[in-house]
Amino acid sequence: MEKEVILQYLPLYREALLLTLRIGWQGVFLAFLFGLACALIRHRRVPVLRHVVTVYIEFFRNTPLLVQLFFLYFALPKIGIRMTPEVCGSLGLGLLGGAYMAETFRSGLESVAPIQEESALSLGMTPLQAFWHVILPQAFTASVTGIVANVIFLLKETSVFSVISLMDLMFTAKDLIGMYAKTLECLTLLVVFYLIMLLPVSLLGSYLERRLRYAEYGK
Amino acid sequence: MGNEVLRIEHLHKEFEGNVILEDISLTVRKGEVIVVIGPSGCGKSTLLRCVNALEDIQGGKILLDDEPVDPSSKAISRMRQKIGMVFQSYDLFPHKTILQNVTLAPEKVQKRKKAEAEREALELLERVNLADRGNDYPRQLSGGQKQRVAIVRALCMHPDILLLDEITAALDPEMVHEVLEVVVSLARSGSTMLIVTHEMGFAKAVADRVIFLDEGRIVEESSAPRDFFAMPGTERARAFLKTFDYE
Repeated sequence: MEKEVILQYLPLYREALLLTLRIGWQGVFLAFLFGLACALIRHRRVPVLRHVVTVYIEFFRNTPLLVQLFFLYFALPKIGIRMTPEVCGSLGLGLLGGAYMAETFRSGLESVAPIQEESALSLGMTPLQAFWHVILPQAFTASVTGIVANVIFLLKETSVFSVISLMDLMFTAKDLIGMYAKTLECLTLLVVFYLIMLLPVSLLGSYLERRLRYAEYGK
Repeated sequence: MGNEVLRIEHLHKEFEGNVILEDISLTVRKGEVIVVIGPSGCGKSTLLRCVNALEDIQGGKILLDDEPVDPSSKAISRMRQKIGMVFQSYDLFPHKTILQNVTLAPEKVQKRKKAEAEREALELLERVNLADRGNDYPRQLSGGQKQRVAIVRALCMHPDILLLDEITAALDPEMVHEVLEVVVSLARSGSTMLIVTHEMGFAKAVADRVIFLDEGRIVEESSAPRDFFAMPGTERARAFLKTFDYE
């Protein structure tokens, strides 16, 4: 392994990491929004919309992200919808993630006993206040393991972004190998950079899980 | 009567074609303690849930301070602030400390200052001997302690009427007493309460009026609880009360 090569490539990988992180977190943020909205619609059994949500969830869970991105980036422009690769990446990730988050959030919501809401309502809270102060924190605690797993899964899925010519980590590695054939160095850097991105998320997740559990069960 | 707090007129409640409550009329005046008894499934818990608009009703009227209690109305959250309710299973919020459980609604619903809400919460917790548990979580408390906190949580909203739904039914026998003592002292200090219970000794001690409910109807109503428990006027009430005797 050549040290100079690694040092030389490092800035390129750093750039790629920042891009991956930016799109990754935008996608995760959207996934939270979509997921929460869908979970609520399913949990509250909102007529009509709940069927739309079911179709959405099954559609995105049962097609690969690669195919979804292809569709967003290459097929939609044919009907006049154009997006930059970055918007495409975030949106694609958000839609996929939303489908997974929806199921995770829903199981969390379902783990909160209905009488918790009644008890909040009986104190004069509006349904929104009851949801925000009483139901959501408990549902979140119950689903935090699943949420963390989803976030890590989504950040890893960013590795297919290269197909829509986003210069993420995977793209950078492939590109460099193609040009200079320093396969070992490039792939080692790739693995290390993915770890740099994901290990903190993993650790933060375990910490969060422990903390929330303490709060729920007492020290 | 001018000091009427709650008036129920010809309440009718059905669920999936089954009649749960039929033609219930009842008035609760300020400072009055009304105890509702009856066999399980007679509709007594449903009655309390209707008063708090946790159930919709199919006929009749429920008026609190002359204002209708209607689950579909916009004003319902405001109405519920005036109705305190304590459930059988306490239902404290597990993710909040005892103090936060008590101050959550005063702060978020009544927009009271945190310090002021906490001061009152601690005063009330002191009254039920739990002032030192403010920073603990519900899981760390016994059933009886949790139920006392639930009562304090309801009281902190200064309700016009307190609904107690079989609040000792889930407790170990030795904890029943500590909770009922709190209720007795509330009754003495003039709280208006509508109580559903299976504790006949307690009912006798605390009630200004007893209502015996069976199959969704008021079968007997008595303003002289001691007489009622000694000699009920109806055969059904007599048969029901007999199930509590082991002589």
